[in-house]
Amino acid sequence: MDAAIEVSGLTAYYGSREVLKGLTFGIPRLMTTVVVGGSGCGKTTLLKHLIGLLKPAKGTINVKCGCTSDKCGKDITMMDDAALIEFKKKMGVLFQGAALLNSLSLADNVALPLREHTQLKQPIIDIIVRMKLDLVGLTGFGDYYPAQLSGGMKKRAGIARAMAMDPELLFFDEPSAGLDPVTAAGLDELIISLHKTFKLTLVVVTHELASIFTIADYVIMLDAGNIIFIGTIEELKASPNPKVLAFLQRKAEEEPYRPEDYFKIISGS
Amino acid sequence: MPLRVESLFGLIGRKTIYVLDNLHEVSSLINDVFYWTLISPLKGKQIRFRAVITEIVRTGYNAVPIVAIIGFFVGVILALQAAYQLRKFGALIYVADLVGVSITRELGPIITAIIVAGRSGSAFAAEIGSMKAAEEIDALDTMGINPVRFLVVPKLIALMLMQPALTAFFDLIGMLGGFLLAISLLELYPYSYYVETLNALSVKDLLTGLVKAWAFGVVITLVGAYHGFKVKAGAEEVGMRTTASVVSSIFLVIFFDFFFTTLFYYFL
Repeated sequence: MDAAIEVSGLTAYYGSREVLKGLTFGIPRLMTTVVVGGSGCGKTTLLKHLIGLLKPAKGTINVKCGCTSDKCGKDITMMDDAALIEFKKKMGVLFQGAALLNSLSLADNVALPLREHTQLKQPIIDIIVRMKLDLVGLTGFGDYYPAQLSGGMKKRAGIARAMAMDPELLFFDEPSAGLDPVTAAGLDELIISLHKTFKLTLVVVTHELASIFTIADYVIMLDAGNIIFIGTIEELKASPNPKVLAFLQRKAEEEPYRPEDYFKIISGS
Repeated sequence: MPLRVESLFGLIGRKTIYVLDNLHEVSSLINDVFYWTLISPLKGKQIRFRAVITEIVRTGYNAVPIVAIIGFFVGVILALQAAYQLRKFGALIYVADLVGVSITRELGPIITAIIVAGRSGSAFAAEIGSMKAAEEIDALDTMGINPVRFLVVPKLIALMLMQPALTAFFDLIGMLGGFLLAISLLELYPYSYYVETLNALSVKDLLTGLVKAWAFGVVITLVGAYHGFKVKAGAEEVGMRTTASVVSSIFLVIFFDFFFTTLFYYFL
């Protein structure tokens, strides 16, 4: 498998609580990888490590961009600021609340990374911004401010901004959180069409069952900081693991905490 | 007993770690701010001039009316209070000295700093804090845009320019207030008041006031930014941090005023 991101031994703590317990996995290039798991299993923490917002306590995250230059395939946890900025130019992130800058119009939001990282002239930036907004179905909304938009439109605008620099890697944090099923389905459609149209490696963090089966090529399932399943979507459907089955069949776990888990939590180990 | 001893040491340890963590955060913020303000422009990473202009309008231009009104009243009040004492000695003309010197050396810088801390320092903390709560700071970071460079540096440059400018304006209006009271209620001759003021003031008085004002501008920006970045989540915390930023920047302004006044007293 050609991996775009290789993670090994990733360990993270919040205070003294271990939230990621030595995860090792690869994210395949040009595929849609979905990271799933119940609330509080560490999936958002994992995403924050992948995009370089948090530094892990232990472990490495190697990002390979597919080219042969020596800047490539480096560990983002060890990068200096300049290299990290180069890496960040090649990725886009859609946050849970879209995280558009509220003081800027949509067009300015999308233009922001272009203005900061390129020397493009204003007319060219205008054209790129219009293209990106068209791409996500927000034609003509450039002059609107984020506060004037609905949740689904904000997320679409967030995608447009994440796509502004034509990234190779695109991360989504809970794209369908807080949306009605119809809007969420529309967003899934958009993710699929982006994946078909552009050469992109997508990483989607979600807990929506419907989304997993429509968009995923590859699935990583987390539970309490451990990987309990990793493989393609077909393998997921055939998995005999009881925890995977419970998640897929939307069964509540019999005991929210098994006695030994509960002991682990209160003893902090 | 051992339990109590343990909890005592635990308490000391937790407090120490907390204080050290805060110190580390403050020093790394100061380091970042001055790196992005002074060093990175030399490396070809330009400062966002447009944002600087916006901040100048917000923190400076928009504060002109309130600074003018407060300055005028402070001038009038000072002249009245001075006259109350000086009248007994028949030395009313020294109202001019008192108003001029006390405003330029002390009251101008400090009252302007308190106005700006309340207006702009709180706004900085609230703006950065609510951006932090809405993941906007994280979003900037993942776009490869340094939040300190993007948000704090324009504010710092704007206040470095506007704090002395507003202070100078306050000085002028304050003295004008004293002058108007003196020539009307105290029935002093306008020209002799004017000459007396000029004789009393030295360039040193004005400059020390403006140097203080510059330092206050830096303090207010840094405190506002620090409290803004400390927000983790939630509107409630934004409110708490905004309040904290005003209280601590007024405290630090007074502290630095003490520091500078002592310094100028002994060395100038």
